Amino acid sequence: MKRDVFMMSGGRLKRKDNTLYFVNEEGLSRPLPIEQTDNIHIFGQVDMNSSMLHLLSSHGVQLHLYNYYGFYDGSFVPRKKQVSGFTVVQQSSHVWDNEKRMYIARQFIQSAVHHMQRNIRKYGAEEEVSSYIGTLSAHAALLDEARSIPQLMGIEGQCRQVYYGSFNCMLKGGWKWEYRSKRPPHDPINAMISFGNSIMYTAVLSEIYKTVLDPTISFLHESSSKRYSLCLDIAEIFKPLITDSIIFNLINNRRIQEKHFDQEDGLVYLSDEGRKRFLAAFDEKMKSTFKHRQLKRNVSYRYLIRLEAYKLIKHMIGDTVYKPFKAWW
Amino acid sequence: MSIRGIEMHYFAMCHRKLWLFNRGIGFELEHDRVIEGLVLHDQAYSRLTKEVSLDEFTTIDTIDGDIVREVKISSRMEHADRLQMLYYLYLLRQRGIEKKGLLSYPKEKKTVGIELDAEGEQEIEQAIKSIDSLLSGKVPNLRKKTYCKKCAYFDYCFVGEEEDAV
Repeated sequence: MKRDVFMMSGGRLKRKDNTLYFVNEEGLSRPLPIEQTDNIHIFGQVDMNSSMLHLLSSHGVQLHLYNYYGFYDGSFVPRKKQVSGFTVVQQSSHVWDNEKRMYIARQFIQSAVHHMQRNIRKYGAEEEVSSYIGTLSAHAALLDEARSIPQLMGIEGQCRQVYYGSFNCMLKGGWKWEYRSKRPPHDPINAMISFGNSIMYTAVLSEIYKTVLDPTISFLHESSSKRYSLCLDIAEIFKPLITDSIIFNLINNRRIQEKHFDQEDGLVYLSDEGRKRFLAAFDEKMKSTFKHRQLKRNVSYRYLIRLEAYKLIKHMIGDTVYKPFKAWW
Repeated sequence: MSIRGIEMHYFAMCHRKLWLFNRGIGFELEHDRVIEGLVLHDQAYSRLTKEVSLDEFTTIDTIDGDIVREVKISSRMEHADRLQMLYYLYLLRQRGIEKKGLLSYPKEKKTVGIELDAEGEQEIEQAIKSIDSLLSGKVPNLRKKTYCKKCAYFDYCFVGEEEDAV
């Protein structure tokens, strides 16, 4: 099983012969097993050169960069090995045709809501759970009647409002949810949501890149020139399933505390130590496995994202109709 | 339509795999068994010339004098291996070159000789026709075979969702 490497500190990534080394600021050199690496995430200031990138390319390793605040900046992605013009044409046709586009976009939201309800059921205080779940179901029922993408987005927004409203019944230890704020986040919970979404987004990107899907052609989100918007679509499914449950676990088990955040004029970010803790939990979760009902073997959460991409390909080429992942346990 | 040797092999094995592979939807790159095959391919008969290109599509493993060799991990798909070899011999004959074929299974210390006779030629021409019509159609439905589990396409083919869990 390949894994992700997270580099919090600064230093130099270098190639010596056919091995990758990380030299830290003290000049200490440590080899990184490139054969076992899937993605390298860089949070600190790291020097590198093209010969190192060639090495990454020959092993299909992706390199992702995050800025000072932990927001995603960009990636170095090796030449795509999997290409199928046929599939890209099919994928586009599913955006072009409004009915087809609505079908796929709706599935993403339905799965997202399913996982939001699952979180509430799992972490929520008993007396409040059923009312939140009921309200979410009522909103989600309107998805079938929506006729345009903005209508779908509206319903998705309402569901998210209800879901965030339920956070106070899921958080223990005096943590209070106020409201969602991004770029910049105003409190620790928002800081974690934003950071988690960044990481989830690149995880989805790296899995999509291993398939023939084109990450710029999306359904729920508008295909724009700036972002790999298909990642945003697919991340809808996995944000509540993976990222949010990590946040609840970190908070409720006191694995992350106020001291793991930096405050700057009311703007809140995870500190280096906070990020380390979050990433460790994220990596642990992505590596953990469960028994897949159809494949009848253990699959990791990371691989689950790839399987979702496979199902989309099947849908687009007229193989089998897409049904989104809905955790059943 | 240009058909490669591997597509002839897939034709004998699984129409669905052939169709997907032909559309560029392949899963070979990350599959351990496929990588094992590539390593074997590199190591076996290292003294011989490898990868002889017939045209921009078709490459033959090795040509050793009068013999075309193809190296495989296991003889389990012998009928498919045979068809692939017949196809190479057929392509060579079309270019005026007469060769014999030899399938090598180094792990089993076994070889199988193949010759292109009139019957084989007919078989290949029939297969080319079937492949052409198959590829112009819709993706073939999933049919479970005994060897699905070992296939690089298994996860793609079998992933799905059961009817809505509440």
